[in-house]
Amino acid sequence: MSGAVRAVDVTVARGGRVLVEGIDLAVAPGGAAVVAGPNGVGKSSLLRVLAGLLRPAAGHVEREGTVAWMGEAAALDPERALADALAFWAAQDARALPDVRVAAALDAMLLGDLADVPVRFLSTGQRRRAALARVVASGADVWLLDEPASGLDAGAVERLEQLIAGHRATGGAVVVATHQPLALPDAAQVAL
Amino acid sequence: MGALVWRDVRRGYAGGGATLVVAFFLLVTVLFPFAIGPDAALLARVGGGIVWAAALLAALLPVERLVAPDLEAGVVDQLAVRGVSPVTIAAAKTLAHWIAFAPPLLLATIPAAALLNLSGDRLALVAAGLAIGTPGLAALAVTTGALVAGLRGAGAVAGLVMLPLAVPLLIFGAGAIDGGAGGLKLLAAVSLLLTVGGPIVAGAAIRMAME
Repeated sequence: MSGAVRAVDVTVARGGRVLVEGIDLAVAPGGAAVVAGPNGVGKSSLLRVLAGLLRPAAGHVEREGTVAWMGEAAALDPERALADALAFWAAQDARALPDVRVAAALDAMLLGDLADVPVRFLSTGQRRRAALARVVASGADVWLLDEPASGLDAGAVERLEQLIAGHRATGGAVVVATHQPLALPDAAQVAL
Repeated sequence: MGALVWRDVRRGYAGGGATLVVAFFLLVTVLFPFAIGPDAALLARVGGGIVWAAALLAALLPVERLVAPDLEAGVVDQLAVRGVSPVTIAAAKTLAHWIAFAPPLLLATIPAAALLNLSGDRLALVAAGLAIGTPGLAALAVTTGALVAGLRGAGAVAGLVMLPLAVPLLIFGAGAIDGGAGGLKLLAAVSLLLTVGGPIVAGAAIRMAME
């Protein structure tokens, strides 16, 4: 696995208003970056630019490898069982053994017992964990996580930190936007 | 693509969407005999046009549910990072919407024809016209859904956007009942144009709604 993201002199604008200007960011394989700053400063928008979901107003972004995105919305069909909802996305990833990947990811996020429960019955925190399970199951090279720790209990935050460390150990890259402290050793800091 | 279509078809039927569309369609066709009286000959003459107008109104019903929920739930974002283009999403949604609403609607034309005293020949022409026109109608519905996604009062705006664009379908569809094959060919041309052009416009609208 080898994932990397590079942003060169990126400017982010929403609705004609410039939020973030002149951002340079390089995350090498095995590296991580933390985008921090107060609410509304443009953390999520910058992350969307890195994911290619939003065009930068200026500058450019290069990505190496496949991308897993965790945004604010869960993107899991509420009427489906958790395992089925995740399996839909695992199948979209076009990698081998989607069902095995989903089962492993559910166990990694301590959601194994909820595999048969429809998504609409899950709590906010459980949904966030499910969204993280999708990131894990995707096996993508680059993880872009927008506020991954929001709504998580202390145990799940620790689990998240372990998963990120494990992903980096295999050559993956991670960019996290957060206003909560996360233990990410040697992560580049981007303060907005 | 196949999984995307299947997901939308399943959601279309599971959400009671098809039942609602069919019930609404039959309800509108029932309204006309009440409004213009029980003159069987008159109903038989205008019945084909009524079925077409009812089909158009019924197609408008699910427009708000076609694109906006997936944009809000982040489904479109997740597809985009996996390299699925907005045009592909729109094309999948068009096909899925057609599968979810056209076959039940075609079946419902049979009781509708009975209510309106339509003869077998005219029913066959109406059904053939709807079979040809519904792909265009589905594409138009998805396009409208994408264009109005995120607007306040999207349902009302959807009607204003969609119905004028559906007028050619209505003219040639209802015209084919008396005009025969010539009308059906023009209907097919309009339907084809909408089916091909719709996903392109809808894809651009989805792309803009993401940003």
